[in-house]
Amino acid sequence: MPVSYPQGISRRAALAAGVVGVGTLAAGCASPVAAGIAGTGPEASSLTYWNLFTGGDGINMVAMTDRFRRTHRDIGINAVTLAWGTPYYTKLALAVIGNRPPDVAVTHLSRLPTLATGNLVEPLDAADLAAHGLTGDRFTPAAWRKGQVGGKQYAVPLDTHPFVLFYRTDVCKKAGLLDADGKLKPIDGTDGLTAALKACAKVTGGYGGVVNVNADPATCWRWFDTLYGQLGGRVLDDNGTRIVLDDAKAEKAFAFARELTVERKLMPSNIDGNGVTQLFGSGKVGLLFDGEWQIPTYQGAKTPFSVAPVPNVFGGPYHCFADSHALVLPRSERRDDRVRAESLTFVRGLLDNSLIWAKGGHIPAFREIQDSAAFRHMEPQSQYVPAAKAAVYDPAGWYSGAGSDFETIMGSAMSAVEAGQLHPAAAVAQLRRKLADYANKPAPVGGTA
Amino acid sequence: MTAGVAAAPAGTLPGVKDAPRSAGAVGQTRAGWGLLSPFLVLYLAFLIGPALYGLVMSFFDGSSVRSGLGPFAGFGNYAEALSSGDFWSSMGHTVLFTVLTTPPLVIVSMLLAMLTDRIRRGRWFFRLVFFAPYVMPVTCVGLVFVWMYTPQTGLFASALGSVGITAPNWLADPHWAMISVALMTVWWTIGFNFVLYLAGLQDIPRELYEASAVDGAGPGAQLARITIPLLSRTTLLVTMLQILASLKVFDQIYLMTAGGPNYATRPVIEYIYDVGFTDFRTGYGAAASMLYFVVILAVSAVWFAISRRRA
Repeated sequence: MPVSYPQGISRRAALAAGVVGVGTLAAGCASPVAAGIAGTGPEASSLTYWNLFTGGDGINMVAMTDRFRRTHRDIGINAVTLAWGTPYYTKLALAVIGNRPPDVAVTHLSRLPTLATGNLVEPLDAADLAAHGLTGDRFTPAAWRKGQVGGKQYAVPLDTHPFVLFYRTDVCKKAGLLDADGKLKPIDGTDGLTAALKACAKVTGGYGGVVNVNADPATCWRWFDTLYGQLGGRVLDDNGTRIVLDDAKAEKAFAFARELTVERKLMPSNIDGNGVTQLFGSGKVGLLFDGEWQIPTYQGAKTPFSVAPVPNVFGGPYHCFADSHALVLPRSERRDDRVRAESLTFVRGLLDNSLIWAKGGHIPAFREIQDSAAFRHMEPQSQYVPAAKAAVYDPAGWYSGAGSDFETIMGSAMSAVEAGQLHPAAAVAQLRRKLADYANKPAPVGGTA
Repeated sequence: MTAGVAAAPAGTLPGVKDAPRSAGAVGQTRAGWGLLSPFLVLYLAFLIGPALYGLVMSFFDGSSVRSGLGPFAGFGNYAEALSSGDFWSSMGHTVLFTVLTTPPLVIVSMLLAMLTDRIRRGRWFFRLVFFAPYVMPVTCVGLVFVWMYTPQTGLFASALGSVGITAPNWLADPHWAMISVALMTVWWTIGFNFVLYLAGLQDIPRELYEASAVDGAGPGAQLARITIPLLSRTTLLVTMLQILASLKVFDQIYLMTAGGPNYATRPVIEYIYDVGFTDFRTGYGAAASMLYFVVILAVSAVWFAISRRRA
């Protein structure tokens, strides 16, 4: 397209205008870029708070933050929600290294050892914590202890979220699995669980229960961890540098999962997330193994259901998969005493409002809420508090924790076993091979250069 | 940016007097570079710079949870990637995807373009229908296909079931998962090649068909002797663009199978994402990217060589 210019404008002038344009563009970029390079960060007008909550949890977190804003008008909160998993943890790490960290951030406690070893979060002084009423005796002990790395407190737990057993009250009633109060009767051992699933299958005319198999390694890992942990099995030691997998126990856990799906066909061996919701929501199964955070999904659909801790199938010390959301203060040069005090005030404020958080299915870690009458009357949340108290977290290691490759490695093998594509012994061999790839490598975390 | 757009071809400004030849050439060159500068700055800052930085990173044991490049690793990262079974199997999945998608995306799009080109009335409708999927975002297409592939209750499973065929476990069977993703990709991206072929067909002079008809050529001979040979430049372009696009596969696999079942569909880009971001090993991730870049470069070089020879 021919462009015509007025006679008066020379090439030189046009060029100059172009250069000015580029200059302006560069200048526009310059301030944040320069601030990033110089490491000055944003002004300290308000606290920046990063979290990874979307969906129902996201709505509850916004409500909690808003309530804090109303009660603390002097502290501004600039909340940022990021996609959970790798995107969140990558951004958090890079923000700290780039010296533009948030003042307060959410983490999974299973991820804390990596963050602390990487010197990405600030240890919390006991006196500072006590000044805000944040002392160990006021929290679920397992969660508070998991907030420590190397003897120092790094995180304040917000909740515990265990892997639990959902049951349809209508199906289970017909199957004779409920007691006089309409609660699930205790299920004991592999025989007990198999019998319960059979009874449900008789009622539904199809499957008895369901757990997600396809394209969701995290859920498969939670199911494997629950079974394998009940056998007393552990996977990693020495911060992930040593594999302590017990082949016989792992094989036994795999074999039981396979028995339920492939051999007895009491649970589907080919099902995805949508399918799970559909089967349990429409009463085509009686039992569902999933995280308690699915409670809002079924409450919203008016499904008649309740929740219980996963039965102790193998009879060892009680174990089920669990993790916790917790609040940390990422390492920051701009955090002076005032910002630290405000940050901890905010942390305390979120805990005080964590009854809202419990609506999402999570067990509040703060005892004042956990022991309150309001929470004790909350159904079905109050039914599986013991599962939170018995929480055992993912093993420590730079490649472990929520959304990590450790969970993918473990879950992929479990998924293939449940689908009948991999035999238990072959699955154990695959685990050993894939884990060795990580355990033998120098950790890319820690020893800040 | 606006200034860059307004200041268009300087050499053709009307009303500017011709300077002596040599001085004008120098001035034009200078002006050319000046006008290129906005693009060059962005290109250097966001493409060449990061690529070179990535090359440097690949020789260090860098980490996204540490500042700086990290300890020097020499060719250690390359040796590790080249001896890693996971790297090679993910590379294999990317190649498998390319092999599964390229032939149908070239041949079927050509057929669709030929059929559409023969239609006299309402051609716009078919153009729209075949091109429309291409403009849909990958998240929507992925979601819809995951629903259709849902075991037991999904559209494909129930449709096949109603005629007595047991549907495969589309996304959950390691033998079918990649085929299922490839099928979705063919439906989704065929519109782009289709449009290129349609343009190619419209470049073929009508007289050739008329002349050949006078000489007694039937439709088969016209197809074999006129249409396909005269489309060969388009076919080369479409094939090469398709191979490069297929080698870059990530989004739909990540969304539909997350690389599963049991790693059976993880493409090399997801491997790089896993090791570079999830595992924090940016140095190793950079080395794996460089190896992958060499493959892309080799394919591009083949294309370059062929198109130069033909030109």
